[in-house]
Amino acid sequence: MKIEFEHRQSAHCESGVTSNLLSISSGGKITEPLAFGIGAGLFFAYIPFIKVNNGPAIAFRTFPGYIFNRTSKSLGIPVVSKKFSSKEKAEAYLNECLDNGNPVGCQVGVYYLPYFPREYRFHFNAHNLIVYGKEGDNYLISDPIMETTNIMSSYELERVRFAKGALAPKGHIYYPKKGAIITDDTLRQAIKNGIKKNVYNMLSIPGSFAGVSGIKNTGNKIKKWRDKLGIEKSRLYLAQMVRMQEEIGTGGGGFRYIYGAFLQEADAYLPGNQLPEISVIFTEAGDMWRNAAVHAAGIYKGRIGSQEDFNIMGDYLLEIAEVEKKAFETLKKIKWQ
Amino acid sequence: MKKDEIPQDVSALGKITKEVCYATDSSGKYNAELSSGWDVKIKALDVAWEGIDKRIAAAKQQVLDNNVSPLLFFMEYRLMDTGILAGYTGFWKWQIKRHLNPKVFNKLSNKQLQKYAEAFNIKVEDLKSMTVHED
Repeated sequence: MKIEFEHRQSAHCESGVTSNLLSISSGGKITEPLAFGIGAGLFFAYIPFIKVNNGPAIAFRTFPGYIFNRTSKSLGIPVVSKKFSSKEKAEAYLNECLDNGNPVGCQVGVYYLPYFPREYRFHFNAHNLIVYGKEGDNYLISDPIMETTNIMSSYELERVRFAKGALAPKGHIYYPKKGAIITDDTLRQAIKNGIKKNVYNMLSIPGSFAGVSGIKNTGNKIKKWRDKLGIEKSRLYLAQMVRMQEEIGTGGGGFRYIYGAFLQEADAYLPGNQLPEISVIFTEAGDMWRNAAVHAAGIYKGRIGSQEDFNIMGDYLLEIAEVEKKAFETLKKIKWQ
Repeated sequence: MKKDEIPQDVSALGKITKEVCYATDSSGKYNAELSSGWDVKIKALDVAWEGIDKRIAAAKQQVLDNNVSPLLFFMEYRLMDTGILAGYTGFWKWQIKRHLNPKVFNKLSNKQLQKYAEAFNIKVEDLKSMTVHED
């Protein structure tokens, strides 16, 4: 069986899955940037006590699962979301959803995804894809970061749905209930709420690990890496940071650009609030993240690596923190027209 | 990022799919565009794999010297720590640590070996002989 479903490629898996799953109830209005912004997707967090591939965990977007849940909730769309302890029950439930004509989002681990090249396969368990049908033993897969759709055998799909390690998906499946209609008024309110939530996450989370203060704190830490960790480990850490910043499909400071695109699209619904002007600041932040990554590459390629180079690296982040602070403070001050 | 600045350095992924990224056109408007990959990102991935390849080679030598069982080789090869492997096999972490001892490993039942083979996506013979076939 195959459900009528349009595969649209996107820059980031979860915002892509969200916009593609909501495309029917929203009549195609919910694009990827809108899903990302309404879901308050932009973030920064430096979590030193969680290790990913022997390096610190650094996130440039919000926690897995939040974008879909926030976006749907904000748009008043009821969602179904389930995890399983039994593989058999997980597959039976998936088949039931497909029989009922619901394409569904699945959280999966990347490591055993058959269509990914080996170089990209790590034990990262917060990837998202859509299952939209089954033919024989094969499931029809729409992975939003891929140009085209794929197929996976029932064994292959079960394996990635029950991947193990940090953030193990446990067969996590989710989809919006049918029949909800999104009006422009709902959309306007959802955009405002998303911006408000993102302002809070970037400016007001206490402590120095998250948001703008997290960027600043990380910048200061990087300046000490060379002395504290030695050049080899510092190289690995910087490469890790760039890989997190450049998660597959985000093409360079990518999340900042998605947010910039979101503000431009939001302007069509909420004109007269200077959103296009603020979008330009996010483009600037994205460009600065890219420049920082180029500098980091100089260090991890071994071309440069003096203390002065690490100071410059840290200063990039301090400057970015200032720019993103300005951007979110401007958003915070908006008196909605 | 402007549209004409989108990097087009072909990555391992770029051979299979282009990636979507958002970039501005001449009037400053954002559009979804395609990129084949970016050298900066490719190098970051290379650095990560250099580290992993070193660990795999070291593990292989340890197994050949009979200091450790082939489990360690496949754990490095599959980027699995004891926690992840415990998740896939159902063994406890302390059991896996015991099985890393070649003497203990050689006494494992076929059923136990089968669990490891499945976790690593290989055959039991390959597990014992440290043979790698795919990718």
